[in-house]
Amino acid sequence: MDNLLLAEGLYKAFGGFPALRGATLEVQETEVVAVIGPNGAGKTTLFHLITGVLQPDRGRVTFQGREITRWPAYRRCALGIGRTFQIANVFPRLRVFDNVQVAVLSRHRKTFHLALPASRFAMRETWAILEHVGLADKAHHPAGALSHGDQRILEIAIALASRPKLLVLDEPTAGMSPEETAATLRLLSRLNREEGLTVLFCEHDMEVVFAAAHRIVVMHHGRTVVQGSPEEVRRHPEVQAAYLGSADA
Amino acid sequence: MVNGTRLGVGVLLAALFGAPAFLPPFYVYLIALILVTGLLATSLNLVLGFGGLYQFHHAVFYGIGAYTLAIGITKLHWPAWVAFLAGPAAAALAGLLIGLVCVRLERLYFGMLQLSLGSFVWIVALRWYPVTGGDNGLHGIPLPAGLKPLGGAYLFILTTVVASLLVLWAVVRSPFGLTLQAIRDNPQRCQVVGIQVRAHQLAAMVLAALFAGVAGVLYVTLERSVFPNMLSWVLSLEILVMCLLGGWFTFPGPLLGAALVVTLRTFAGRYTEYWTLILGVLLILLIFFLPEGILGTLRARHAQKAPEPAPQPAPAGDVHG
Repeated sequence: MDNLLLAEGLYKAFGGFPALRGATLEVQETEVVAVIGPNGAGKTTLFHLITGVLQPDRGRVTFQGREITRWPAYRRCALGIGRTFQIANVFPRLRVFDNVQVAVLSRHRKTFHLALPASRFAMRETWAILEHVGLADKAHHPAGALSHGDQRILEIAIALASRPKLLVLDEPTAGMSPEETAATLRLLSRLNREEGLTVLFCEHDMEVVFAAAHRIVVMHHGRTVVQGSPEEVRRHPEVQAAYLGSADA
Repeated sequence: MVNGTRLGVGVLLAALFGAPAFLPPFYVYLIALILVTGLLATSLNLVLGFGGLYQFHHAVFYGIGAYTLAIGITKLHWPAWVAFLAGPAAAALAGLLIGLVCVRLERLYFGMLQLSLGSFVWIVALRWYPVTGGDNGLHGIPLPAGLKPLGGAYLFILTTVVASLLVLWAVVRSPFGLTLQAIRDNPQRCQVVGIQVRAHQLAAMVLAALFAGVAGVLYVTLERSVFPNMLSWVLSLEILVMCLLGGWFTFPGPLLGAALVVTLRTFAGRYTEYWTLILGVLLILLIFFLPEGILGTLRARHAQKAPEPAPQPAPAGDVHG
């Protein structure tokens, strides 16, 4: 297996407050990796540095052996890093269909095309993605009118439209009902199995983490403290004491 | 529904082209003014309603288009067709320059910076007497003979406005237009799917300025004058109100808004000097009662009554991918 993503010694401070203090993370191709840790451990900041929304004060990020530490988000997207956000982050006034189509158009570099209507481009591919994630029957609804769970699924659909090699998801099941959570997990594991999509996600729900992840990274106070298989992490005394508590029994 | 809209547009166009035959000159003039202002408001709405940019001083590009034509003919003695093309070109260039500075900022800061840059252009028009005529402006601009009678000017304006609106409509429906609306809704998300947000915003500003310049040139065709108020922030506010009033998330909204505001201004002007006061009250009422404008509110009501039709299967006429 090849090393797809490598983040080494990342530091990031916000107005003097250190959010990350030496985070290191490695993701192999076709792996599903979960990042866990208490609130304020730096999970979202780490994801921002990996996807290019923010840039680190120190440290480096490499993707497929290429250093991308200072690259802007749109270039990392073209390289194959897709992203969803902690809060539902869609285009609320656009139809569900347009939400996905715009991302497909971006991958085809057609966003500056002026002469023909958008309905002449990328239709089949957009429909295929919507059917894949199960949103085809809601394609004509405004995205802002969808339920929270559907908006999160739509976010994944938008990210898939850029055909990422690595999909980075920030708490993909937060605020979802148990059924929606199960459906989202099924979708992610199907994408991983059938299309070899590498998945990096962070999550508060330990059940979700242990059900989905091949490998787990534990963060605390801006550092990555423990990395290992779900079993190893579950048994690790520090993790038991700090994050799993008595719930592990 | 769609066929009904097409029929309506057809009837309206027929009536507009026939108008000089049966309407008195004053109303022909008023319709021409509405068309020019409607094109100006629609060009603003490309960046405001569809692009989500707080373009607070759009009248500047209208004024630059008009002044370029006027100065080109009266001071530089250009052939008329050169001056007519130079107006929109100069407006687009100004859109590029002001846009290059402004798209670095976001939302309200974008708007404030644009107000100050625009006011600078306004001061130049107001004070540079030898070239712009200062606060008097330039009057009696000689135009080609065919444009001198009101009927000729009207037909030229109507044809140009219809052609420009068709182009703007195509832009809104194109992949670029869709991308622009996505940027309006969520610029951060756009960056993460690989869209260069500022480049698209800048391109939209240049297009909007170009068509504002076309409107400026048409205004000179109608009035044969230019004056510094064409670049004043009061006019920028007026066209902003037109977009909000008609419905800034709809394509025809600004046209409806222009028709209402220009008509109101024309007739209110007979009774009061305080037109801006009426405009202010209108703006307050709008913000409280019709935040989506007239057409936006109607569309929302319509959507509630009749849910969207079921999705179509993937059509065969797919050009790319």
